[in-house]
Amino acid sequence: MNKEKSIFSPIKAWKYLLRKPITVLKKDIFDKPREASLRYRGFHQNDWEKCLGCGTCSKICPTNAITMIEVSTLEDKEGYKNERPAFDYGRCTFCAICVDICPSDSLAMSREYLHVSKDADTFYFLPDSTGIHGDSFAKGYVRDSDSELLDLTRYEMELEPVGRKTSFMEIVKGYSLERALAESARCVECGICTDACPAKMNIPEYIKSIWEGDMKGAVEYLYKTNPLANVCGRICTHMCEGVCALGHRGEAISIRWLKRFIVDNTPMDEYEEAALSTVTEAVNGKVAIVGSGPSGLSCGYYLRTLGYEVDIYEERALPGGVIRYGGPEYRLPEKSVLKDIGMIEKAGVNFITNTKVGRDISLDELQTKYDAVFLGTGFSLSRPLKIPGYEHKDVGYAIPFLAETRDYLRETSDMPDVHEKAVVIGGGNVAFDVGRTLVRLQQVKYGADFVSMAALEHRDILPCDIEELEEGEEEGIRGHFGYGPAEILIEDGKISGLRVKKVISIFDEDKRFNPKYDETDTFVIEATQVFIATGQMPEYAFFNETMLEEIEIAKGQVKVGKYGQFNKFPWLFAGGDIVQGPDIITGVANGHDAAEGIDIYIRAKNN
Amino acid sequence: MNEVKLFLGPQHPGMHGNYSVHMYVDGDIIKKARPTPGFLHRGFEKLMERRYWMGNLALIPRICVPEPDTNEMVYAMGVEALANIEIPEKAHWIRMLVLEMARVAIHLMSLGSIGGPTGLYTATYWAIAQRDLLLDLFEELCGARIYHMYIVPGGVRKDLPEGFTDKVLAMMDELDEKIPEYEDLILKHPVIHARTKDNILLPAEVVWELGVTGIGMRSAVGKEYDLRKVKPYAYYDKVDFEVPTATYSDALTRLNLKVRELYQSMRIIRQVIDKMPSKGAVNVPVSTGSALRWTVPAGMVYSAVESSRGEYGYFIVSDGKEMPYRIAVRGASYPQGLLGIEKYLKGHRIDDASLWMDSMGVCTPEIDR
Repeated sequence: MNKEKSIFSPIKAWKYLLRKPITVLKKDIFDKPREASLRYRGFHQNDWEKCLGCGTCSKICPTNAITMIEVSTLEDKEGYKNERPAFDYGRCTFCAICVDICPSDSLAMSREYLHVSKDADTFYFLPDSTGIHGDSFAKGYVRDSDSELLDLTRYEMELEPVGRKTSFMEIVKGYSLERALAESARCVECGICTDACPAKMNIPEYIKSIWEGDMKGAVEYLYKTNPLANVCGRICTHMCEGVCALGHRGEAISIRWLKRFIVDNTPMDEYEEAALSTVTEAVNGKVAIVGSGPSGLSCGYYLRTLGYEVDIYEERALPGGVIRYGGPEYRLPEKSVLKDIGMIEKAGVNFITNTKVGRDISLDELQTKYDAVFLGTGFSLSRPLKIPGYEHKDVGYAIPFLAETRDYLRETSDMPDVHEKAVVIGGGNVAFDVGRTLVRLQQVKYGADFVSMAALEHRDILPCDIEELEEGEEEGIRGHFGYGPAEILIEDGKISGLRVKKVISIFDEDKRFNPKYDETDTFVIEATQVFIATGQMPEYAFFNETMLEEIEIAKGQVKVGKYGQFNKFPWLFAGGDIVQGPDIITGVANGHDAAEGIDIYIRAKNN
Repeated sequence: MNEVKLFLGPQHPGMHGNYSVHMYVDGDIIKKARPTPGFLHRGFEKLMERRYWMGNLALIPRICVPEPDTNEMVYAMGVEALANIEIPEKAHWIRMLVLEMARVAIHLMSLGSIGGPTGLYTATYWAIAQRDLLLDLFEELCGARIYHMYIVPGGVRKDLPEGFTDKVLAMMDELDEKIPEYEDLILKHPVIHARTKDNILLPAEVVWELGVTGIGMRSAVGKEYDLRKVKPYAYYDKVDFEVPTATYSDALTRLNLKVRELYQSMRIIRQVIDKMPSKGAVNVPVSTGSALRWTVPAGMVYSAVESSRGEYGYFIVSDGKEMPYRIAVRGASYPQGLLGIEKYLKGHRIDDASLWMDSMGVCTPEIDR
């Protein structure tokens, strides 16, 4: 080493005296803290307005630092849980994976990094959007599209091409195994869907079963709350998908199609074993069910799992009600209906068909023969539309027409009378069922189709599902939306068309149904046949006089207590459309509830 | 004379991390040394079997705290190999940028930490302060100074913030000025020379015997055995850099190599910034579904990168589920930090024990894992 240099070299260290230090002074630590970077992963902030309470943050947290805490002050909102995440900073590693996976984007981390306290409890806290000290620090780390940890795009369901309209083949192809697995992998298991489902189906559980490849387990989950999984896997109104946590930033999980995947792809022996695993010996009593629609079938199945003998009375030749005689074959094939009903039959439910309660057997008789009676008769009649010309023989109604078509496809009756040009009045799902069924029948009979539709509502507010509208139009239905029926024109005893007039408003100031028309804006829809699909109504011929007096009926529906039990007639229960409606899954839920109520009632009676 | 037993660590200013060496001394000379790992043993490998593939991100940087990025990289590389996915071009460049910045940071720390065993604390203050300025850049990039959690399976977590590369380049320019000062202060300092020259030797035979890699090996055997050269990952084959070597490995040589590597890392960083595309994706999904249900195809893989201490590897076994089946970590400091201490610390003076740990490159958590 150079001796000279070593003597003088310390002098050059003096220049460092002038350098600005990079340390923060102690007195500034709290008053003027160093500003954290824009992406800083500091303390959590949670926007309670956005937060769903889904708990996905808590599930992904690698250190179990997040606990979902029930907040009783939050109001109940559909699609939201009244839970919010609380963070334990004794465990948190500030990895921000919770922020990246948050389905509602409510979580963020602030640029605040100082928390000093002697009280260890302050390190466990429930953040709102103001953060740990209520100081509303600027946001630091937030999720962006690069750090996304959810799969927001649904695996589209394939449809048969438009040539499908020449036959009644099922139009929805169903998921392949690969797609079902990928779709089920998107689920975050929050269970918000379960809360929204009328039947409270174990949706996250059965989706997880698919993902794990446990099909038998999946069927078991389905049958816990819904014995019509084949039907609901195809035509459910899927309220679950409307609230799916993934729907907030992306596309909801195809819960309905996953359910269908389960029922279509489970080996029959495993399926049967799972579906019947809870059925027990009928030793507790006898129950009669009136009507074999969804609510009746569901009630019957669950009564069998509770140990009751069940007889279901059905007016028509085959059990099933709306699922056998209503839903069109191209959406709900006969084999699916048969699988559900067959399983319920295997569970030991007796069907007494061609027997109408109130005509062939009275309700009083049922009361004496059985311990309890459940009514699930549904809205079985079409609501008439009394416009000029409605009594013509070529004016048809939705319910009988759809039933006849199903019978025709089962080869138990002739093809319903279908003209070359027809018009359907109505804009709901049933109207589209009629329209699209007509298209198919015309294709079979004439090799061409010409079906028009007139509905009061405009295209964007039609009460039907969007798929019905899109697929219906794809199949060639000519929609005249926003036009109400004025009269059915008849020339030489034959219908020549339907004159429609423009709708100005549908509801009046009191929000009552009271359509107003522009009488000057009219035109004629060409058709020789008219179908009316403007709603259904119930039939209560089976009630005796005392019942009719005692039972309150409002808007066609009966008033019942808990479990669908009639207050004045504790042996009598009801469910489905005549109580709640308007869909199958609600009927299934009502049936399940009633089965529980019937069990409680009969046990109390026997003790 | 009577043998005396002394403990170096787990609480000791000269000790790196929570680690302990039981020394049996006679006078000033260590007669026998027993390394005692386990103070930091949190069972990382086992814990990883109970975390989602993404959730492990919070755990892996902790296996070597001062150098989190190599852990993240080696994990990500393994998962990507199992999942058979190709990550976007830009992600490769960003990863290299991060890894070389990390190398600069740890070498600075290593230069600074020589102050502990030698008493030259100015070195500590200067080098650690410089490293902190580099950590500011990391904070800007990923939101944290130490546990970056930035390199993820599939790419990197977020794109570079606006103007980030300019700041990195400015930092490189600053380092160009500063490093000679550190060289003056540290490498040419008489105290350091007195303590490190011809002291704590690592002969080639020991390298082969223990399986030492990294600077330890390169300084002893003169071979350019650097994974970035011999088995390039990311885009290391697309940049020019040299691997400094030596054939006589004492503590001073190893320190010198670290500084020479610093310059090479800075050279790589400048090339990376030059070659990196400005646009493009920075990651691809590892698997379909949400991160709760990411799966990695069944299989096993060994992935390795060149850390500041040598070959750092993960052996990952997947059974196709949402969590790893088994992960084994090859900590780069295992050979010298565990086997080396046991066999070769004896014969040194007591005051050289911590210098031994420092200059051999020992990061104790990766021995415990």
